[in-house]
Amino acid sequence: MTQTLEPPQTSLPPQEEPIVDRPGRQRTVPLRTVVEMVGSAVAAVAVVWVAFTVAGITGPLGFAFCVVTAFIVIYGLVCWQQYGMLPMKDRLATVAIWTGALSALIPLVAVIAYVIIEGFAVVFAQFPHFLLADMSNLTATSPVTAVGAGAAIVGTLEQVGIATVLTVPLGVLTATYLVNNSNAFSRVVSNVVDAMTGAPAIIAGIFIYLLWVVPQKEAGQTGFAAALALAVMMLPIVTRASQEVIAIVPGSLKEAALALGSPQWRSVVRVTLPTARVGLITAMILGIARVAGETAPVLFTAGGNPHYNWNPFNGKQDDLPLLMKELIFQPGNNVRRDAWGVAFVLVLVVLTLFILARLIGAKKPGPSGFTVPWRTRRSPEEEAEL
Amino acid sequence: MSTLAPQRAPQPVQDDDVPINLNIKPVGADRAFNGLLAGSSALVLLLLSAVVAFLSWYGFKAFRESGWGPRLFTDPTWSPDSHHFGMMSLLVGSVAIALIAVVLSAPISLATALMINEYAPRQLKPLLTGVIDMLATVPSIVYGFWGLLLISNIQAAPARWLVDHVSFVPIFRTPSTGEYVKSIFACGLICAVTIIPIITSISREVMAQAPRDVCEAALGLGGTRWGMVTDVVLPFSRNGILGAILLGVGRGLGETMIVFLVLSPGNHLTSALLGPNGLGSIAWQITSEWTTASPINQSGLVLLGLILFGTTLVINIVARLIVQRSNASVL
Repeated sequence: MTQTLEPPQTSLPPQEEPIVDRPGRQRTVPLRTVVEMVGSAVAAVAVVWVAFTVAGITGPLGFAFCVVTAFIVIYGLVCWQQYGMLPMKDRLATVAIWTGALSALIPLVAVIAYVIIEGFAVVFAQFPHFLLADMSNLTATSPVTAVGAGAAIVGTLEQVGIATVLTVPLGVLTATYLVNNSNAFSRVVSNVVDAMTGAPAIIAGIFIYLLWVVPQKEAGQTGFAAALALAVMMLPIVTRASQEVIAIVPGSLKEAALALGSPQWRSVVRVTLPTARVGLITAMILGIARVAGETAPVLFTAGGNPHYNWNPFNGKQDDLPLLMKELIFQPGNNVRRDAWGVAFVLVLVVLTLFILARLIGAKKPGPSGFTVPWRTRRSPEEEAEL
Repeated sequence: MSTLAPQRAPQPVQDDDVPINLNIKPVGADRAFNGLLAGSSALVLLLLSAVVAFLSWYGFKAFRESGWGPRLFTDPTWSPDSHHFGMMSLLVGSVAIALIAVVLSAPISLATALMINEYAPRQLKPLLTGVIDMLATVPSIVYGFWGLLLISNIQAAPARWLVDHVSFVPIFRTPSTGEYVKSIFACGLICAVTIIPIITSISREVMAQAPRDVCEAALGLGGTRWGMVTDVVLPFSRNGILGAILLGVGRGLGETMIVFLVLSPGNHLTSALLGPNGLGSIAWQITSEWTTASPINQSGLVLLGLILFGTTLVINIVARLIVQRSNASVL
């Protein structure tokens, strides 16, 4: 008999489509408004330019500031005269909000632009070289083709990898406990985890330095010590994020599993965690992205090493944030230029992780859910029982 | 308008998803599994409290050495090797940097959040939200390096102007002659850039939960968009915004690398913020002194770190309580 059995599966109940409730909004900007704004802008530039010329002041920053102020005053007067008090307030608020938003976005975009423009030139000067070479040839005048961030990339991958392996299982298990139990103990754990999420990063660094590095004297600073410091930072982040993801698994799914006679542990392992899988992966990747760029925990623990060191358990090791800090404090312009290259690699790593997390997170747990590979078929005994 | 505005829309009920209290007799495997979960929770609790306990034990030496009393705060000099543990300048400096950062970034962040939610074309909303969240993950050492090369130089000219013309205000003075580059104010300015994505992201999410029907009612009654913002969106999300700002303060206090790269501290108590050699900073002191410090000095630095941690903790707890009261699902 070749009856194929559907593998047991976990799925979310079909969600009702939410009613899309969008506010109506006037789309086109009337010509009159455009004329008023352009006119006010021209007037503002003219007034400030005349004032600056008469007073003999220069300075692009002060000029821009005065123009914006003058524009707000002039445009406010125009609107007040044309439309009255209430529309004037509304329009001035619109101007203020766009100005504020632009002054927030400009520096933020500028950071990324600087890193990409300055770093691109370094990393792609002789393409794979900067990603592979180490820093042993570093001098104040060494060309970019002499050095590279390879040793630091290895260090970051190993340290963050070890920290992830140490914290993710512990964090997910703890989060499961905190969601499923509500007693005094779980509340204490939950609060301590909350408190540690906001701890300054330097705390993790000095803790591991005193506890782990100092007793071992010379041999203390290793990649593993840095990984421990990162783990101290990462543990509360991962626990807290997993807790939130597990908490939103619909209770009806768990109850269905229990009602079908599954023991509690199996309902957690086969229903709760698989349903939360996408969210858990997202939380994990965001945690990794958060600690990968942290400098303070590795500052005293990794030690720094211009040469390749593949072994995280023996000898000092470099990593990207530490290397960047070292380069910033080295004399010489060429070295600073190399720091942009390291920043480029670091930002690339973090943003790739972030986008990966977003892509995975955007995928809803589909109707097929998650099948546990080692339990997809019923055993012959179970089948006989049916 | 006032009767309309601050009323909350009924919160959507989590469709009957309240877990039932099942009285199931746990089987042996259940006990083992629960033991595993409880054991890992206990381990996490142990590890995290070990951090605080161990550092408190280590910092206690300095605390005893400093002579128990208020000398921690009244002593003007920080020099643990000669038994001076005056941390007032360092603490005030750290707080000043965080406050400057938040005062500068909070209005800008709120404007950005409002722009994304209410003013920008709807098609741009997901993109802008994603970009802001993404910028929050950029490492602070990158912001610090960029700020060191760019921002601290740009702000030097206006700082000089302020010192020349408005120095009757105590904070617009310089503690010493010299370049205006490595000041407390420059640190605060660069920290402000790093805080903007955090405050924007949280407050945007809170503002998005303002009841849409009340917003539309305000517009339908002839209110302007700004009227809708001030009378519906802002009153509804007041708590969440306050919490977001406080979390920004916490982040500014804990900021290490920016301060380490940019500041040139003088460790004496002053109100002048615009030049080098003024107030110190806890983060700067720990990072720069740590590797060469004697044991008693390290103990003092640990004490500093704990005080910073305590301050951050209090602010974060208050922030979290406030955000929780606003019914927001963030954090």
